[in-house]
Amino acid sequence: MSLLRLAGVNTYYGEIHILQNLTLDVGEGELVSLLGGNASGKSTTLKTILGLVRPRTGAVEFAGEDVTQRATSYRIARGIAIVPENRRLFAPMTVLENLEMGAYLNRDGKGRKEDFERVYTLFPFLHERRHQLAGTLSGGEQQMVAMGRALMSHPKLLLMDEPSMGLAPILVERSFEIIQQVHQAGVAMLVVEQNANMALSIADRGYVLATGRLVLEGPAKQLLEDEGLRKAYLGR
Amino acid sequence: MEHGGEISPVPATPGDAAHTRIGVDDWVAEAEERQRGRGPLVRTVAAIPRPIQIVVFIAVLSLLPFVFSEGNLFRYGLFTLIYALLALGLNVSVGFAGLLDLGFIAFYGFGAYAYAILASPKYGIHWQAEIAIPVVMVGAAFLGLLLGLPSRRLLGDYLAIVTLFFGQAFVVFVNAANPKGLTGGANGIANVDPLNFFGFKLTTTRHYYWFTLIAFLLVIGALYFISESRTGRAWRSLREDPLAAEVMGMPVNRLKIMAFMFGAAIAGLTGTIFAANQTGVFPGDFDISILITIYAVMILGGLGSLIGMFIGAAVINVSYELLSGSNPNPSLGRWLFYLALITVVIARIRPWIRVAVVLAGTVAFGFAVHAIVHALEPSATSGAVTNGGSLSGVMSHWTVIPAHSGASAKYAYVGLVAAVLVLTLIKGWWRAIALIPVLYLASFVWENLLSEQPAVTRLIVFGAMLIALMAARPQGLLGTSRVEIA
Ligand SMILES: Nc1ncnc2c1ncn2[C@@H]1O[C@H](COP(=O)(O)OP(=O)(O)OP(=O)(O)O)[C@@H](O)[C@H]1O
Ligand SMILES: [Mg+2]
Repeated sequence: MSLLRLAGVNTYYGEIHILQNLTLDVGEGELVSLLGGNASGKSTTLKTILGLVRPRTGAVEFAGEDVTQRATSYRIARGIAIVPENRRLFAPMTVLENLEMGAYLNRDGKGRKEDFERVYTLFPFLHERRHQLAGTLSGGEQQMVAMGRALMSHPKLLLMDEPSMGLAPILVERSFEIIQQVHQAGVAMLVVEQNANMALSIADRGYVLATGRLVLEGPAKQLLEDEGLRKAYLGR
Repeated sequence: MEHGGEISPVPATPGDAAHTRIGVDDWVAEAEERQRGRGPLVRTVAAIPRPIQIVVFIAVLSLLPFVFSEGNLFRYGLFTLIYALLALGLNVSVGFAGLLDLGFIAFYGFGAYAYAILASPKYGIHWQAEIAIPVVMVGAAFLGLLLGLPSRRLLGDYLAIVTLFFGQAFVVFVNAANPKGLTGGANGIANVDPLNFFGFKLTTTRHYYWFTLIAFLLVIGALYFISESRTGRAWRSLREDPLAAEVMGMPVNRLKIMAFMFGAAIAGLTGTIFAANQTGVFPGDFDISILITIYAVMILGGLGSLIGMFIGAAVINVSYELLSGSNPNPSLGRWLFYLALITVVIARIRPWIRVAVVLAGTVAFGFAVHAIVHALEPSATSGAVTNGGSLSGVMSHWTVIPAHSGASAKYAYVGLVAAVLVLTLIKGWWRAIALIPVLYLASFVWENLLSEQPAVTRLIVFGAMLIALMAARPQGLLGTSRVEIA
């Protein structure tokens, strides 16, 4: 059974038709990449999943429940979290406070302590710098805070919007290692990327968007071999 | 509202030894370095333990009535507290939650009018304060809800315009929309009862001062706990990045409405005190000028800071009162003016040798000019110092005060503005040297023009002070400077 399912979704910004009849799913514990060039609708797909925009037609299902008409906070409470494009940390707040905000919906103190432990185990760095203001961290460090913050809510599904953006190649690799690590801990992931090669190398499956339409989908290995994709995105 | 729950016992770092510790000490060291960079005054104050600071603060404020006369207590003490309370309320929506609310004064006015209706002969209702105050606060919070509901989806400029309209609509409503009706129109409501707690009536300024002080301490204490709670941090994240806050699952709209309601309740409480103290309410008490004052207090004190609201209120209210034409001791305005000039010189000029040259140079320059002018034309120095006082003896031998200054003072004023602009263009020793005649010119303008027209003067001096302060500290006195994300 799939954890997340978009069924025939059509999303508009005003009269502009962005997502066209998009159908996509992510299984329990699966790592799925969503690829596509600039303005192909990747971020819009994530916004639709979170309910920041509502599709005009089609359904968003999460954990067997139709959440199409539900508020964002409801979906987060059900177990979706996101590392947004450009990370969007709360700059004048400390790392600790940023993490705490990630656990906003988790009210019980004990569960939250465990969440902190879990995140600190994954990122000892965050523990070390917990009193530093998030805005003063370097880009790569901020990426860790953003991931830690998203994981604080103990999500079943983690959405990531271009985790490699603005990172040096060495940090891109590091950040994909972390993604794999989180995935191995049992969290399902939908990773939006332009860096198709990297994203597919760790994914189970992949989807390719072009101007709001799915143009390719399949197991990651198969996509890596695909001639068309190679020409379009891998540049070789 | 639930308190956020502390995360206090932070788990030990797993695999501490294995982990390479990158640059920890760099940052920590730098943070300490920055602390060291602060002035000696700030460092001394910061070194005193917090509980002692608080006790001293409260003690000084509560003993003020034994030092001040009733008139001065009213002017400097009570109104500082009233402004501080209003700024604390406004700070919840603007400083904490980042909602630019320009209709805030309507909540203050609502509190005042609501109390006037509930405790005056106008309708023959005379509620006790212990009932009226909670009712008025809840009513104001409800009004905050009414404003918040339609505005919750508005951002920035749009919210500002809608709330500004709301504030104006309130004034129009109490003033004209119901002549002789509910709120007494332009005549307002007179003979409002003094606050009456279980039969104890607050009658003197001292009573009101102490009561307002208690209200202020309760409000600041409550806001401290809220700002450190989960809700407080959620407000801050909302202010920083509403979209990020939303995807953390925060109920953004509810948080906004809560901020409005909190601020409104505080304003309602303040309005009640104000109405009871002046035993009447009039539409003019709640117009845009007081909104501007409260914003000035908040921005000066530092957005988001709590004690900053008190300091901002004290600076603005006291200087405003000193410069006021109705102040029974107008020479205090002169002291304020010269102290402000000297403070700017001391604060903005370095190294110290330059400060000494400027100050000593200005004094010498003044006596020299005075002597020369006196020798050339005795009538040019025979004018009297307006609003005498302790400084007037010195001033009459230092500043050139013609018997009839005529147009020369006005030209000097224009010249002063131009000279200040020129000062911003030059640097180093040249600026220090040029400052000497400019300071003297400022004194000339003050003695011959400004001190004779206090109503205009207070606005000009006030504006100049604000500009100077904000240029020196854009984040306000106690605000923290913004961190930009890379
Ligand atoms: N709020 C909005 N209003 C109108 N149009 C929008 C809005 N947000 C996005 N769009 C448009 O929708 C299209 C898809 O945008 P989207 O952000 O989903 O692209 P993307 O695939 O994430 O691109 P990138 O890789 O550059 O981030 C773009 O043409 C964009 O201009
Ligand atoms: Mg995008």
